Amino acid sequence: MTDSPSAPVPPAGTAQTPVLQARGLVKRYGHVTALDGADFDLMAGEVLAVIGDNGAGKTSLIKALTGALQPDEGEIMLDGRPVRFRDPLDARRNGIETVYQDLAVAASLDIASNMFLGREARRPGFLGRVFRLLDHRRMREESARHMAELKIGLRSLTQPVESLSGGQRQGVAVARAVAWARHVVVMDEPTAALGVKESGQVLDMIRRVRDRGLPVVLISHNMPHVFEIADRIHVQRLGRRVAQIKPGEHSMAEVVAIMTGALRLDADEQAVVADKEAARAIGLT
Amino acid sequence: MTATMTPPKPPEAAEPSPARRLLSTPTVGPLAALLLACVFFSFNSDQFLTGGNFSLIIQQVMVVGTLAIGQTLIILTAGIDLSNGAIMAFGGILMAKLAAEGTVPPLVAIALGLLVCAGFGAANGLLVTLVPLPPFIVTLGMLNVAFALTHIYSQDQTVTNLPAPLTALGETFAIGDTRVTYGSLLTILLFLLFAYLLGQTAWGKHVYALGNSPEVARLTGIRTGRLTVGVYTTAGFVYGIAALLLVSRTGVGDPQAGQTDNLDSITAVVLGGTSLFGGRGLVIGTLIGALIVGVFRNGLQLMGVASIYQTLITGILVILAVTVDQLSRRRIR
Repeated sequence: MTDSPSAPVPPAGTAQTPVLQARGLVKRYGHVTALDGADFDLMAGEVLAVIGDNGAGKTSLIKALTGALQPDEGEIMLDGRPVRFRDPLDARRNGIETVYQDLAVAASLDIASNMFLGREARRPGFLGRVFRLLDHRRMREESARHMAELKIGLRSLTQPVESLSGGQRQGVAVARAVAWARHVVVMDEPTAALGVKESGQVLDMIRRVRDRGLPVVLISHNMPHVFEIADRIHVQRLGRRVAQIKPGEHSMAEVVAIMTGALRLDADEQAVVADKEAARAIGLT
Repeated sequence: MTATMTPPKPPEAAEPSPARRLLSTPTVGPLAALLLACVFFSFNSDQFLTGGNFSLIIQQVMVVGTLAIGQTLIILTAGIDLSNGAIMAFGGILMAKLAAEGTVPPLVAIALGLLVCAGFGAANGLLVTLVPLPPFIVTLGMLNVAFALTHIYSQDQTVTNLPAPLTALGETFAIGDTRVTYGSLLTILLFLLFAYLLGQTAWGKHVYALGNSPEVARLTGIRTGRLTVGVYTTAGFVYGIAALLLVSRTGVGDPQAGQTDNLDSITAVVLGGTSLFGGRGLVIGTLIGALIVGVFRNGLQLMGVASIYQTLITGILVILAVTVDQLSRRRIR
């Protein structure tokens, strides 16, 4: 890990090698199987939405990929190398940054302190080494640069983040993740608590992150947002990935039907009825 | 919101004016209160505004003030420490007895006292972190443990005839015509040290983040358990310094000392504008809070007001300070 947030290295992985990949992840809690042989593929430079009903294992999947839980079985590969994350810090050291829902920022600290929380920059030389003096100016300048790159409009970096609006606060969290991520940015329901306008700002930010070459994993319940921004959609159901979908090729209704198990994709990636009763229940024929 | 309406500019985006930002600093109110009190007492007593009197006020608040430094650290993590006065009393009696009876050299006695106080703090921190238990309950228990140990170890006897190193901080030096104790100077230096640690180091930022939300701090990669134990241990060490200040000021080891100092230290922290909910406040505010109590007691005494009214006014000030904290939090939400 470098001791300063820097521009990401040019997109890791190629069209053939996924940046982040998982095969056959299994996680059991007593009798409950949260992950039942789940696969996952994130390609370079894409926004991948992960969707699924409650209990489909989205959260467990994301936690396994970001070090917040250890799978019982299966393999995770970063740029094709097998990796094993002991905790979230370990995943971050490997260049995977996560924006957690509701748990992103320390309210009374200012923006620069939040951007560098846990990875503070110290003054060079004696003052930093012996007196552990923080380099406030450098942290503010670098924070300002990152906020500007994502076009997050803030005029002061010394305000405590609790004085910001929800969207701006989410912006700080996203900017921090982007500033430090070298491989992947994971966002858990980044628009869940936001209004229409603020959600739009966050979606714009996600596009800018992708345009900088960082792939984004987006967990969301909001289908219009998913269809607006995702390059591909990973559909999770009953602890597994049941489909990978390009938003242009299937309708929102079809995707929802696949998510609930009414439809499935056949070998030609055509949606076919999997459960007649379920399909009828949601009005498909 | 209607579709035709242009979205209003979010007011948060504007840079707050310097005046507004100054007013939103939690230490400004307490500082204004302190200055107003000083002006008031200057007009009502000839003796108030003298160097000698201010030196006396600092001597009177230095023990509680030093305890309040540790209390500030713990309150910033959204904890509370009810045991600090009792830990200090035990540390003081331990230093005094070991040194007076010649069991060990005086400087070793002081070092042992500091270490034992740090050990009490560490025990508090480990119980809060590992079990985990609420700080209120842990320190309430530790209050009784330390109180009992103080009386058992001292057999309720006051320790006298202390060797010189234990009373050295009670010696004075002159600034102009005013005699100032070395203990007062040490107290001020401690406040500056912790203002530096909290404001200028990564450790300080982590303490604030922990007080805001332990979960956010953990997910950010801060080792919250280690940090919590560190904070309580550091606070314990500072209580040890308070014990030395106490012994040097009174010249004896007194098993009855410090019985209300836990609440007095919380008073100083709260009056200084630090939030009891954690994550907000400054240690310099605590110094101001301690001085407010000292100035009111001293000034009212000079005006001939009975001491029970001093307590009454302190109580009203605490309730006022907490009210202001609550109201300002509500405005933020």
